[in-house]
Amino acid sequence: MKHTLSVLLQNKPGALSRVTGLFSGRGFNIESLCVAETLDSKVSCMTLVTRGDDAIVEQITKQLHKLIDVIKVTDITEGEFVEREMVLIRVKAEANTRAEVLRIIDIFRGKVVDVSPTTYTVEITGQETKIKAVIDILRPIGIKEIIRTGTIATARAPKN
Amino acid sequence: MSKITGSQAIIKCLQEEGVDTIFGFPGGAVIDLYDELLDSDIKHVLVRHEQGAVHAADGYARASGKVGVALLTSGPGATNGVTAIATAYMDSIPVVVFTGQVPRALIGNDAFQEVDIVGITRPCTKHNYLVSDPNELVATIREAFYLASSGRPGPVLIDLPKDVVASMMSFPDKKPIKMKTYQPTVDPHPGQVEKACKACLKAKRPMLYIGGGVILSNANKELTELAEKLSIPVTMTLMGLGGFPGTNPLSLGMLGMHGSYASNMAVAKSDLLIAVGARFDDRVTGRLDAFAPHAEIIHIDIDPTSISKNVDVDIPIVADCKHALRAMNSWFDDAKQFDGKAIKEKHKPWLEQVAQWNEKHPLTYHEEGDIIKPQYVIEVLNKLTGGDAIITTEVGQNQMWAAQFYKFNEPRRLLTSGGLGTMGYGLPAAIGAKLAFPDKTVIDVAGDGSIQMNIQELATARQYNAPVKVAILNNGYLGMVRQWQELFYNKRYSATVMEVTPDFVELAKAYGAVGLRATTKDEVEPVIKEALATDNLVIMDFAVSREEGVFPMVPAGKATTEMLLV
Ligand SMILES: Cc1ncc(C[n+]2csc(CCOP(=O)(O)OP(=O)(O)O)c2C)c(N)n1
Ligand SMILES: [Mg+2]
Repeated sequence: MKHTLSVLLQNKPGALSRVTGLFSGRGFNIESLCVAETLDSKVSCMTLVTRGDDAIVEQITKQLHKLIDVIKVTDITEGEFVEREMVLIRVKAEANTRAEVLRIIDIFRGKVVDVSPTTYTVEITGQETKIKAVIDILRPIGIKEIIRTGTIATARAPKN
Repeated sequence: MSKITGSQAIIKCLQEEGVDTIFGFPGGAVIDLYDELLDSDIKHVLVRHEQGAVHAADGYARASGKVGVALLTSGPGATNGVTAIATAYMDSIPVVVFTGQVPRALIGNDAFQEVDIVGITRPCTKHNYLVSDPNELVATIREAFYLASSGRPGPVLIDLPKDVVASMMSFPDKKPIKMKTYQPTVDPHPGQVEKACKACLKAKRPMLYIGGGVILSNANKELTELAEKLSIPVTMTLMGLGGFPGTNPLSLGMLGMHGSYASNMAVAKSDLLIAVGARFDDRVTGRLDAFAPHAEIIHIDIDPTSISKNVDVDIPIVADCKHALRAMNSWFDDAKQFDGKAIKEKHKPWLEQVAQWNEKHPLTYHEEGDIIKPQYVIEVLNKLTGGDAIITTEVGQNQMWAAQFYKFNEPRRLLTSGGLGTMGYGLPAAIGAKLAFPDKTVIDVAGDGSIQMNIQELATARQYNAPVKVAILNNGYLGMVRQWQELFYNKRYSATVMEVTPDFVELAKAYGAVGLRATTKDEVEPVIKEALATDNLVIMDFAVSREEGVFPMVPAGKATTEMLLV
């Protein structure tokens, strides 16, 4: 099962490598990892996507928590949450396909962020399923490069 | 506030923590600190290899319960310490290791004797620090001692750039340490305690399975109280030996790969397994699906990651062992439904069954005329020291025989590298223990292979008047590996024959120690008597039966009931 963990950790040198070292050292898998400062500049938030059965994810959560630099670990897949990923795709855009690429991008509410005589670089944001859909549709036209940010996610705020 | 140097601040911090002895080895990166040490009243023990410094600090910590401290220089000094840091980490031993580092401006430049020791030791320390701001030095050291000794203890490393140590800084007053990211759960959840106690009342075949956590939390009294109150037999891991008196009738000795027949059978047949401060290591459980298959499992541990890691636990209690056991004891004292006599009566058939297993296959060995059996050496050591010496071990067969045949009645009497299994641990650890308890007899039970891994520390023992006794069970082999080759590799003894070994008696003399040798059984007692009678450092060289095996033995990956017996 896929789990998205949100990890608050001290914004200190080495804190990130403690987390990644834990995963490689104990053979846990990381599908993606995104980290940046939070409102409090002393604290970073990391969104980590991993896969494993319940026992493994429980062990991952506990092991993360055990790291001295880690403040809080939440398995946000346990409740309601929003997740987003951004992707930059450089796709072939020659005379005969330019218009079609633009149309597709538009449907997915993407943007063209760079243009060359033969390519567009487009930016798409959304859930993993949407990113996958865009890629699948653009692939036959000719994708030259894909850069993905990895997922960021947050639990939905309580509604009352 | 008046300012002091980093060196002065470090010494003041050590004094504040009550550190009177540190183990180390100097070099350019720590020369300022060494200069300052000369004017302090802290005793510095100059080892002969940095691995020895950290093992000695570890032995000091295991024997005394205090934090052990080591000081190493940058680069090779620091890397030489890594094996010993990992040793302390695997056994959760409170140690603080200071390492020198090149000045901040040079870090990352491949400077002379620069190594990223914080990176290297990240997975084998509880936590580590590179002090990059002089104003954080004092707080960092205080935090390091707190981390090393609280919760599940462990080694903490502090890397000290040379210019940070030379800086001027203020020395703030010490306040109680509160860390928002680190708050070990010490007190048990009362609901869980109640569940555990009720499970105890229900059980017909309960077993206590205790590990090093009982010793680390000084919970041996509480544990003994619980075992006796309910008449529950106790089995111990290697790290747990001494957590319950080895001569108590309820003690079954060690379990696992080289555990007693009764221990392994009893765990396999139990209907309730109460694990206290133990972590279901593979050397204990053997094949996992056959481990305690009929038992409900209670697990008391301060480290939540240990719980349900290898074996699913029914009643977890995250707490310090001492607190949890105390809570269980008082639950029984208060509980109306608890009737001590009735429980003892109920457990009688179980205890009889366990006693039968013990009678059927006690820990034993075959005598062979004049030949010295290694187990016999341990028995004589046990007899002549009244079971009250501090025993350190090397690793291999020597370690297992010490664990099986010495009867540890008190905690902190067996100092051994359990988790990492580090050959070369025993001698430096013995020196650390002897400096912590100068009046106690300290014996390193050694193998002829392991002793050579840190034999240089004999000089340290001499220099600092730490007259430990080394008992080498000399079989001329890397015996434990040879035993595996004998049993599972068709006796193909690849690289386990020690074709050349020094003359240990002459070697002792070269170090100014007493060298004694026994080659026949009747020489064993006189040699040990003489060794114990002298105040000097002693090496005893026992020429033991060469191809003796350690039994029982559970082959790796087998169920613990599938034991090879003597
Ligand atoms: C540093 C290290 N290297 C290798 C091993 C693997 N090993 C485990 S026991 C053993 C044999 C030890 O020989 P010796 O000290 O003579 O003890 P014996 O088993 O003969 O009593 C070896 C090589 C180890 N535990 N530690
Ligand atoms: Mg040997």
